[in-house]
Amino acid sequence: MPALSLQHVDGVAVVTIDLPGEPVNKVTAGLRAEFSDLFATIVADTTLRAIVLYSGKSDTWLAGADIDEFLTLETAAAAEALSRSGQSLLASLESLTLPVVAAIHGACLGGGLECALACRYRIATDHPKTVLALPEVQLGLVPGAGGTQRLPRLIGLQRALDLILTGRNVRAKKAYQMGLVDELVHPAILLDIAIDRARKLADGKLAVNHAPKDRGATGMLLEDNPIGRSIVFRKAREGVLAKTHGHYPAPLAAIGAVQAGYEKGIEAGYREESRAFGEMTVSAVAKQLIFLFFATNALKKDPGVGEPAPQPTPVQTLGIVGAGFMGAGIASVAVQQGTPVRLKDTDVARVGKGIAAVADVLKERLKKKQITRLQYDDQLSLAGGTTAYSGFSRANLVVEAVFEDLTLKHRVLREVEAALRPDAIYASNTSTIPIGRIAEASARPNRVLGMHFFSPVHKMPLLEVITTEATDKDATVSAVAFGKKLGKTVIVVNDAPGFYTTRTLSAYMNEAGRLLDEGASIEAIDKALLDFGFPVGPITLLDEVGLDVGGKVGQTLFEAFGARMSPSESMRRVVESGRTGRKGRQGFYLYDEKGKKNNVDPSVYELLPHGATRREIDPAEIRQRCVLAMVNEAARCLEEGVLRSARDGDVGAVFGIGFPPFRGGPFRYVDSVGVVELVEELEELNGRFPGRFAPSELLLDYARARRRFYPAHGSPIP
Amino acid sequence: MPTFGSPGRRVAIVAGVRTPFARAGTTLKSLSATDLGKRAVAELIQRSDIDPALVEAIVYGTVVPSVVAPNIAREVSLMPMLPKGVQSYTVSRACASANQAITDAADQIALGHAHVIIAGGAESLSNVPILHSRGMSDALVAASKAKTFGGRVRALATVRPRDLVPITPAIAEPTTGESMGESAEKMAKINHISREDQDQFALRSHRLAAAGTQDGRLTAEIAPLYVPPSFDAMTVDNGIRSDSTIEALAALKPVFDRKYGTVTAGNSSPLTDGASAMLLMSEERATSLGFTPLAYIRSYSYAALDPGEQLLMGPVLAAPVALQRAGLTLQQMDVIEMHEAFAAQVLCNLQGFVSQEWAERAGFSKPVGEVDRAKLNVMGGSISIGHPFGATGGRILTTLCNELARRGGQFGLMTVCAAGGMGHAMVIERT
Repeated sequence: MPALSLQHVDGVAVVTIDLPGEPVNKVTAGLRAEFSDLFATIVADTTLRAIVLYSGKSDTWLAGADIDEFLTLETAAAAEALSRSGQSLLASLESLTLPVVAAIHGACLGGGLECALACRYRIATDHPKTVLALPEVQLGLVPGAGGTQRLPRLIGLQRALDLILTGRNVRAKKAYQMGLVDELVHPAILLDIAIDRARKLADGKLAVNHAPKDRGATGMLLEDNPIGRSIVFRKAREGVLAKTHGHYPAPLAAIGAVQAGYEKGIEAGYREESRAFGEMTVSAVAKQLIFLFFATNALKKDPGVGEPAPQPTPVQTLGIVGAGFMGAGIASVAVQQGTPVRLKDTDVARVGKGIAAVADVLKERLKKKQITRLQYDDQLSLAGGTTAYSGFSRANLVVEAVFEDLTLKHRVLREVEAALRPDAIYASNTSTIPIGRIAEASARPNRVLGMHFFSPVHKMPLLEVITTEATDKDATVSAVAFGKKLGKTVIVVNDAPGFYTTRTLSAYMNEAGRLLDEGASIEAIDKALLDFGFPVGPITLLDEVGLDVGGKVGQTLFEAFGARMSPSESMRRVVESGRTGRKGRQGFYLYDEKGKKNNVDPSVYELLPHGATRREIDPAEIRQRCVLAMVNEAARCLEEGVLRSARDGDVGAVFGIGFPPFRGGPFRYVDSVGVVELVEELEELNGRFPGRFAPSELLLDYARARRRFYPAHGSPIP
Repeated sequence: MPTFGSPGRRVAIVAGVRTPFARAGTTLKSLSATDLGKRAVAELIQRSDIDPALVEAIVYGTVVPSVVAPNIAREVSLMPMLPKGVQSYTVSRACASANQAITDAADQIALGHAHVIIAGGAESLSNVPILHSRGMSDALVAASKAKTFGGRVRALATVRPRDLVPITPAIAEPTTGESMGESAEKMAKINHISREDQDQFALRSHRLAAAGTQDGRLTAEIAPLYVPPSFDAMTVDNGIRSDSTIEALAALKPVFDRKYGTVTAGNSSPLTDGASAMLLMSEERATSLGFTPLAYIRSYSYAALDPGEQLLMGPVLAAPVALQRAGLTLQQMDVIEMHEAFAAQVLCNLQGFVSQEWAERAGFSKPVGEVDRAKLNVMGGSISIGHPFGATGGRILTTLCNELARRGGQFGLMTVCAAGGMGHAMVIERT
């Protein structure tokens, strides 16, 4: 079945894109071929004066390239050739004598936007589903069909660089303001207006002004001459490097393509774009980012249990026990999805603080114009408070977010169960305590599971759902579905101390602590792992998490897993000193009144072994020890069945604990280092630090069989 | 005697809740009447565990409507917790507006038009609209219609300094120009209500309300509000003075008649912000959904007299009718709640209940009789708790239901006086 259909409307060719059997329109090889043929047909038909490009899908116009197709490209040359052919297709579209009008409703992304840019005129619907973007860099790629050349010439250099380098979505209204689209209409009249404008363009009755608009004086001063532009390009490079620490080549390559177009002429620009596209498409970074994209998409469709999966029950009212930072954070994301929340704490002052924290999150969205005043009021009104479980009888999901103390958690569970309907789900937001232990107090352990949110809840993308052997399947799928509704990427893990994320993170932070024991400096450890690609170093992270919390977690995991998880002497002493980290303004680092981090607190060294005498440890060793401790522990989680798959482990590490995305995750990292080499490294370390680095059985098996966790070529997710 | 709405469609009062009441210009001043109403209704829904999809309508009362959102009921019903298809309308009957909302809802249920309705009311006297003077309005309208810049300037040039003085709505009778306080003052004189009796009644109101707050009977009816921008919790009414004394009340100067007057700020209800909401259902729906109603509405009535005469005597005319419709006598009432606009007004009403003359004016041969003070306003009233005009009816009915149940009584009576010379009475029953 063809994806394109042609309709004659009074001399205008209305071309409707509707990929058969697909939920969205994307640029496939088949579509490109159809486009070429159809244009030839239209040009040959002398009754046709103009063309309208329209979509048959409800939510997308054209959502970009078919990423699967990119994965079949094995060489940079092949990818470059693909880009060249895309460029030439759009060049022929642009040079048609018939005017082409893009009638855009829904997502217009990547190759889709590049296609729209090659049209003579663009009309978008003023609708929340209509967004425009060039998201290629988010996958480690660059636009490959002329986007780096046409976009800056349409909306101005700085705005175009912003869109290309962030890949962010632009809503229709904003797109209109920046001149990315020419008109903004209600969806109901989109096609009529598009046909009318196409006809007027054909008749010469509609003048089009595509000069960049509203750039302001500085915009013009910088963009309209070579010296100004060279400043813009330099600033853009600096900005990218500050953000990526040099780990992501695609934004720099995109800048190169834009710059080539300005400095050596547009043809050179197109050639540089294709060259960069070829290089990036086969780059290791793009492969990891595409893997993460595929893995998160797969998780969106994953119900969280094996087939047959029961239907999830929607959450009517969410009960939250504990209006502290986590409880309020969970409430803040739930009310944004329209879920009424009942926030319970011991007194109204605490509840009030929780609701104030919800309001803070919403206020930030209001300030950024992500929501309207009415939405702010509405969402805030969904957060109700109680000190006595009133309103809990309608809650079919309750999340407990009280202090990490088993006795307390047992008491809360008994209280809540007394107020709940029997089919309600009870979820603990513990980060460490096994759910099975918590469920011991339950009369209905089959309705108990863990929902481990990460802090701050409204910013962190991961949710770890923890199930025990007793947990009902329908409870799991409902919790997973609710997590997805909150916009989270959800992994389901089996119950064990520290689950997956806390356990692997602890192994890593513990090793950082042992490096402190051996005399490494705090800065050196943090810098080594920042250089590896973590967003913050492990010691900074300890301060963030809270040293008291970290100490408690460390103890729990030590009791569960023994010597290899024994807390470092440094950590033990600092926790005993009463320092709590950032929240107490005193940890390994110094903090100002507002909690902003300053330098290392020199007085902390007095607490540590070796005191203020620090010695240099090779940064490569610091990296190796911390990262391998984490990777080895992740492998144990997979081996023990805590993890369902390497995919979940990789996604969980990247989105939950900051494993560098460009490395794909711990299991992808094993594949890229090579499992044999990695096991050798572990064994060497284990020789120096007996017992701590013994390779997990799983890694040994993989090394013996020379197996990979993922296929070397093609789609990373089956 | 048949109960209102029988058979099968008796109107059940399932739940009632209100915001804390705050003297105007204090804790709740940042919230509009709509904000207050939404919070009361949201809490009613959450506390009562009603499935919001079952709510068919919202009837809401308010006295000083917002100019930008005159149908407050609709604004409240468009809260995210309720489906958008909940039809809703606003009623106004001065201080009996929430009562009007409740009886309208009851009528709809009794008629069989609906099974589940939320009724109540809200008022923010911290947020009354301030109007332009006539001269200013005329100039602005003319300027908006002018087609040229010159025309606009000419229109605005007609504004005189006196036109800049804004108009605030007064609590006065449009027909007589007499303020509510002046009316109360006049009634105190006609009925010979002493200053001391008024102060004693006010003191009683404060003491009983303070006791109800202290032991939690009153606070149980209140949904704590988390008030922006600090979101500090407000859990109790802020007008109740537990430390009030007769000496302190006696020291206050009369407000409405400085020379001969007896009505003071201490023995009057204060300007107040607040909202109330009640969940009403047909008896059959309440039963099928498994709710245990607080009480049922047995009868109600409204009455009116010439506002130029004794403005707040409406309850004396309404109560005998409601009792007659209920087939009951005052003596059969276990709890009685009377709205306290002024201590003078309550005391005048109580005299009216035993007056042969007032009985005959109401069309009865005998007065309804003496109110047993031990059953009257047992947790205080509007003088101490406060009086957000549009919300008070919901507060009183909620208290009446709860107190009736607490005392294991069977019948309860409530009365409300209202501007325009109107009065309302309702009889409820527990089983």
